[in-house]
Amino acid sequence: MDSILNINEIASWGLSKTVAEFFYIIIGIVFILVGVKALRDKNHSSRLMTAAFWFILAFTFIAGPYLPKFITGIAVVAIALLTGARQVKPSQSDVPSAEETRKNADKLRYKVFLPALVLALAAVLIATFWKDLGANNAIGASALVALVVTFLVTRVNPKYVPKDGARLMDNVGTVGILPQLLAALGALFTAAGVGTVIANGVQAIIPEGSKLIAVAVYCISMALFTIIMGNGFAAFSVITVGIGIPFLIAQGANPIIVGALGLTAGYCGTLMTPMAANFNIMPAALLETNDKYVIIKSQAPFALVMLAVHIILMYLLAF
Amino acid sequence: MDVLKLIGVLIVVVGFALKLDTIATVVVAGLATGLVAGMTPMEILTTLGNSFLTNRTATLFVLTLPVIGILERYGLKDKAVDFIRGIKHATTGKILSLYLVIRAFAAAFSLRIGGHPQFVRPLINPMAQAAAQAKYGPLPTKTEDQIKGMAAANENFGNFFAQNCFMGASGTLLIVSTLNEQGLTDVNALNISGASWYIFGAAVILGVMYNYLLDRRQERVLKGGK
Repeated sequence: MDSILNINEIASWGLSKTVAEFFYIIIGIVFILVGVKALRDKNHSSRLMTAAFWFILAFTFIAGPYLPKFITGIAVVAIALLTGARQVKPSQSDVPSAEETRKNADKLRYKVFLPALVLALAAVLIATFWKDLGANNAIGASALVALVVTFLVTRVNPKYVPKDGARLMDNVGTVGILPQLLAALGALFTAAGVGTVIANGVQAIIPEGSKLIAVAVYCISMALFTIIMGNGFAAFSVITVGIGIPFLIAQGANPIIVGALGLTAGYCGTLMTPMAANFNIMPAALLETNDKYVIIKSQAPFALVMLAVHIILMYLLAF
Repeated sequence: MDVLKLIGVLIVVVGFALKLDTIATVVVAGLATGLVAGMTPMEILTTLGNSFLTNRTATLFVLTLPVIGILERYGLKDKAVDFIRGIKHATTGKILSLYLVIRAFAAAFSLRIGGHPQFVRPLINPMAQAAAQAKYGPLPTKTEDQIKGMAAANENFGNFFAQNCFMGASGTLLIVSTLNEQGLTDVNALNISGASWYIFGAAVILGVMYNYLLDRRQERVLKGGK
């Protein structure tokens, strides 16, 4: 059993950990805003359940670390019940009209790109030159810098900071939490020894010490699993724990290269599967094609070449 | 029975393939895996809660949303459309290649300019079709379909293979938190986004070549049309 409120542990947090918790509180506030937005939407078909989803999520982000961990576990099961019952839906947002965005665009012109460039570049600079802060905190820090630049460029009314933040979060929706859940699933798989079972099975096809074949098996498995599931993120947590870590990283491969190229190897599968309907099938309907698989057919040769490129690059760069 | 431990993998595969709710699928897979491995319900909830909290890293992209939302209000997409409209006198392949490059850089710099409904249908596909018509006259339906397929494909190429170059991309953060969770603590958003430029480069170079081949094929099939 872990303790309720461990003051000693909190007191031992360094700069990086303290700043991280500060950013998680801000993320929690964004979730609360999305929940409040749902509560205020009188025409929403399940506003209480939707608000409950966002409030529970916010609770885990803000209070989770200070409470026994099983409470967050229960919260995770609760949000899964809510989405599983299809009770979480987007609510009415203040979407800017086409006239409004056009008028603003004509006024600002290409200056509108500046804050976005700052957002990306500041993250890299902060992570490179302020190592004590921690690279992951650089994302939040760069968001703050970019927000200041946004104010300078647009002179926006500050009320749009929470408003547009909540609007986009609602737009991303419940799947925004999926990467975090999948990474957590990877941890459960490891605790339960799933990786070892997959590894024992795969061992048969990877000859001892053959790095090239191990790389090929990992990349092709990423693509195949993505083709079956239609989701590269889900494939990544399963295949990396089962194949990537035991057969590549444990054999001396650079985890940065394996991770970065592993996920995009999965995306080669996304390009070839009707399971990824929102990328490959719905756009065909949108473009009114005669052949509804024409996008997949256009992508397949490119995807196969890219998969081969992934294998070659990973082999050359990781060892 | 060691194979039973794969129940979680099976649940994820089946759940995603059948398009069941993704969050519920993942949580059920986690609970089932824990039970089969002989963990007590309390141990499962503690492990799940603990790993959910340590993996909050994967959700850091939320911090970038207010800036991006305000920029959309101030015409980010309108200006991207203006920029692409400025391309004139190009072949189908060149228009698609230019869009690929713009789309890839936009994704790498966190600009949400893309999307099939917002860009490909109203802008890229009509421009690509018009370029071919200007050169070869009215197009056979099959060619029209082919151009539509390639226009949608370039949107996906640029989006997929460039997005992880941004430190705050959810894919980047997924890689970071999955590997950190497995004890590989040297991995962070900076080095994953840096390593993602290899694939950015490969996708852009190969994509431009692929679009060039489309021009060549059009020339071969449609030559003498006009």
